[in-house]
Amino acid sequence: MNYVPKIDRRSFVIGTAAAGAGLTLGMSLPFGAAHAQGTQATPELNAWVMVRPDDTVVIRFARSEMGQGSLTGLCQLIAEELQCDWSKVTWEYVNPSDSIARKRVWGAFNSTGSRAIRESNDYVRRGGAAARQMLIQAAANEWKVPASECTAANSIITHTPSGRKTSYGKVVLEAAKITPPDPKSITLKDPKDWKIAGKPLKRLDTMDKLTGKQKYSADTQLPGMLNAAIKACPVRGGKIVSFDAAKVKGMTGVKNVVQVADTAVAVVADTWWHAKTALDALPVVWDEGPGAKVSSETIAAMLKEGLDAETPLVGNKTGDINAALAGAAKKIEAVYAYPYQNHACMEPLNATARYTAEKCEVWTSTQNAEAVLAAAVEASGLSFDKCDVTVVSAGGGFGRRARTDYVTQAVQIAKQMPGVPIKLLWSREEDMTQGTYHPITQCKLTAALDANNNLTGLRIRISGQSILAGIAPSRLQNGRDPATFQGLNAGGTEGRIGYDIPNILIDHAMRNPHIMPGFWRGVNNNQNAIYLECFLDEVAHAAGQDPLEFRRKMMKKHPKHLAVLNAAAEKAGWGTPLPKGVFRGIAQQMGYGSYVAAVAEVSVSSDGLLTIHRIVGATDPGHVANPALVDRQVAGSFVYGLSAILYGGCTVKDGRIEQTNFHDYNSMRMAAMPKVESVIVPSGGFWGGVGEPTIFVAAPAVLNAIFAATGKRIRSFPLKDQGIRTA
Amino acid sequence: MARLTVNGHLHDVDVDPDTPLLWVLRDTLGMSGTKYGCGIAHCGACTVHVDGVATRSCVLPVSAVDGKAVTTIEGLAPNGVLHRVQKAWIDHDVPQCGYCQSGMIMAVAALLRAIPNPTDAEIDAAITNICRCGTYQRVRAAIHAAANV
Repeated sequence: MNYVPKIDRRSFVIGTAAAGAGLTLGMSLPFGAAHAQGTQATPELNAWVMVRPDDTVVIRFARSEMGQGSLTGLCQLIAEELQCDWSKVTWEYVNPSDSIARKRVWGAFNSTGSRAIRESNDYVRRGGAAARQMLIQAAANEWKVPASECTAANSIITHTPSGRKTSYGKVVLEAAKITPPDPKSITLKDPKDWKIAGKPLKRLDTMDKLTGKQKYSADTQLPGMLNAAIKACPVRGGKIVSFDAAKVKGMTGVKNVVQVADTAVAVVADTWWHAKTALDALPVVWDEGPGAKVSSETIAAMLKEGLDAETPLVGNKTGDINAALAGAAKKIEAVYAYPYQNHACMEPLNATARYTAEKCEVWTSTQNAEAVLAAAVEASGLSFDKCDVTVVSAGGGFGRRARTDYVTQAVQIAKQMPGVPIKLLWSREEDMTQGTYHPITQCKLTAALDANNNLTGLRIRISGQSILAGIAPSRLQNGRDPATFQGLNAGGTEGRIGYDIPNILIDHAMRNPHIMPGFWRGVNNNQNAIYLECFLDEVAHAAGQDPLEFRRKMMKKHPKHLAVLNAAAEKAGWGTPLPKGVFRGIAQQMGYGSYVAAVAEVSVSSDGLLTIHRIVGATDPGHVANPALVDRQVAGSFVYGLSAILYGGCTVKDGRIEQTNFHDYNSMRMAAMPKVESVIVPSGGFWGGVGEPTIFVAAPAVLNAIFAATGKRIRSFPLKDQGIRTA
Repeated sequence: MARLTVNGHLHDVDVDPDTPLLWVLRDTLGMSGTKYGCGIAHCGACTVHVDGVATRSCVLPVSAVDGKAVTTIEGLAPNGVLHRVQKAWIDHDVPQCGYCQSGMIMAVAALLRAIPNPTDAEIDAAITNICRCGTYQRVRAAIHAAANV
C-alpha cells in the first residue's frame, strides 16, 4: 500500500462546504469562468497571471513560501510557458477566501509533503500558456493577422512576416477580454526546450530579507493592535482549573487576562514583553490529567512491549518470512529507537486576529492557507464568507505550520476582545513544549542470510506512535496508519523500498503515548531510512561484503534507486583511498516521489569528537524547476536531518516535554557544517518532491560512516547522549 | 524611561529600563527587522551592533545602551547604499526563509569589521547564529566574498 497524503481535515471541511454549494472539490481548471478579474491597472488573464500595462507580470502563488523556494520555482514554470521577460516578474499570495469565492480556482494551498511544485506544476504551466495564447491573439486581432503568424518571447510579440512588434503590456487589456483557450488543448513545452524553468535563477524574494524590510507574520502591525502571550497546559490532555488574573492585571501594560478554550491562558498587553512578563507572573492551577504520569522511561517500556506483540497492521509482506528465518544460515537482529523531535522553526508560531460579530480576519504564516481559513471559521463561529485570511511569509515551516492550533488560539483570544487586533506570539518555550512532535518509535529488524551470504529474508517490526492516530484518526485505514511505512512500501510512486528481497514482513505495533505527534519534515521516512539503511549496513558487514556492493546486488529491479545510489557513490569516489582516520558511509531511500542517496565522510576522535568532512547528496526528482533551489534544499536537508540525529530528541518527564529552548534542543551551526556536494540526476517523466527527501539519507549515511570509523554501532539517538559531540 | 540612539536617531521611550532592547526596537519603536528567536541569546536572530560590536538584543536591558550607538539591520544600508555583506548575500542568493538573516548579516558585518579577512576557523568561532533552513554553506562563501571586496 502506497501512502498518498490526503487533503487536511480542515481543507476537507472547506471542500465539503464548497461541494454543498454545488461546487466541485476536484481541480476544475485554473482559469475559465472567473477570468477577467483583477483591476484596470493590473488586468488578469487568468487566475495565475496578471500583466500590467508597463509589462510587469504579476504571478499568483497559492502555496506557501517558508524558505524552500517553491515560490521562485513555480514562477519560473509559469513564466516559461508565458514566455515573458523574467526580469519583469513579480508575485503575490492568493487569499484563500477569494479562492473559495471563485470555485477554488487556485486548487490546493497546502505546502506539505514536498508537494507545492510537483502537485501543481501542470495546471500552473497551463495557466502561463493560456495567458500567452491570449496575449498573442490580442496582438493578432489588432494587426488583423492570424495568430499563427505571431510568436512571443521575452514579453514581446512579433508578427513574423511583417516584423511588427508589440509588448504584453500594450495588448493586455484586449487580451483579458478574449475567451481563454481550453486548457486541454494546450501543449506544454518539452522540458528540454526550457529557457527560464530548469535554470539556476536567483530567488525572487531575497532583497527584503537583507534589509529588515521583509514582513513575517510575527512582524504584523495593525492600528490599535495588542500583543498576547499564551501558556497552555504543559501536559497534553490537561486542563486549566483556575488562574489568578488579579495578581497581574495591575502590571505595566496589561490589558486583559483571558482563558483560551479549557487548556490555556493568555495575557493581552500593549507590548509582547509586557504580556510575557505578566504571564510568567500569573498563578495558574492545572489539572494535568493522566498524562502527567508518563515519562520517557514509561514510553520506552510501552514501545519495547510492542516489538514482539501480535499486530494486524501490515505494511509490506512478500514470501514467507518465517520460513526464511527458520532456514537461515545466519540471522542478524538489532533494535533501534528514534526519539521525538521538535520542528523549532526560527519564527515561533504566531497569528494575528481581529474579530467582530460581522467579520473575522487573520494574518499569519502557514503551510496551508485554506486550513487557516477553516480554523478561523471554526473558532469564530462565522461563515466562510465572513472570514478572511492574509498569508504572510513564514520563518520556516517544516510541517509545524501545517497545523492551525495557534490560529485557533488567536481567534479565541480576539473573540473575547471584539474589534481589537490581537497578535498572539508563542514564546520559544511555548513553541518547544507545545509542539506536534516527530513521532517516537522503536524498531526490531531481523535478517536471514543464506549459506552464500545472500539476504533471503527481512523482518521489520515498528513499534510506536502513529501520526494519523494523533491528528486525523478518521484517516486511519482499518486502524492502520499507512504513513508509518513511508519508504518501505512494496510498490507505488510515492515511497517504494529499493531492494528485491524474496521474503519480507514489515508491520506496525501502534503504541500511542499522549504526546501530540505531527508531520516533521521528512516524516516517517527519516527513522525508517535509519532503521533500514543502518541495519542493511550491519547485515553487509555480517556478510563480509562492501555495503555498496551488498545493496547493488538487491537493486536490479529498482533502476532509479540504483542510479541515484551509483551517482552518489561515483561522485564521492566510493572505494578510493581517504585521508587517515576518515571513513565513509552510504545510504539511499525513496520518498515523496523522489530518489535520494548520500555518502558521508567522517572522522571520530578517541574522545568522541565527530567531524563530518564531506557529504555527497544525489537526487532524482524527475524534473527540476530550478537546480540551484534543489541544491539548497539538499544542503539544508543535511543541516535539518543531522541536527536531529546529533542534538535533537525531546524527552518526557511528568508528562511534559523537557526541552524548552535551543540550549537543550540545539541545532547545527557553522562550525559543524560539512561540505555538501549536491548531484542532481533528473531522469524525467515524473515530478518528485525536493524539500524533504534528502533528510532521509542524512542520518544513516553519517551513522554508517561513524560505524566504519569506530566499529561501534549506535542504535539510539541523539548522538550527544551516546558520547558523540561536534565542534 | 530610557534613552537610546538607533541608526543615528535619538529616542526617549517610556519603558522599564530592564526591558530587553529587542522588544523596545520591535514593539516600542516599530522596527521589526530585528527578530525574536529564543529570548536567551542562543540563536542570534536578534543580533544588532552596539558601538559596532555584534550583540544579542533579546537579553540586553535597554538601559545598557544609554549613550551608545545601536545599529539594526534597517540601518546597515544608510541612504540605500547596500553594505558589502548585503551585496555578497545577493550574489550568493543566501537567504532561504530569511528569518535568521537579519541577525546573521549583522553578526557577519561586525566580524568583518573586527577581522577583515577571517579564516574558516575564525568564521566558525564568531558566527554561531542558528539557521534552521541550513544556509551555512552559502553564508561561508558569501563571507569570504565580502571580505575580498
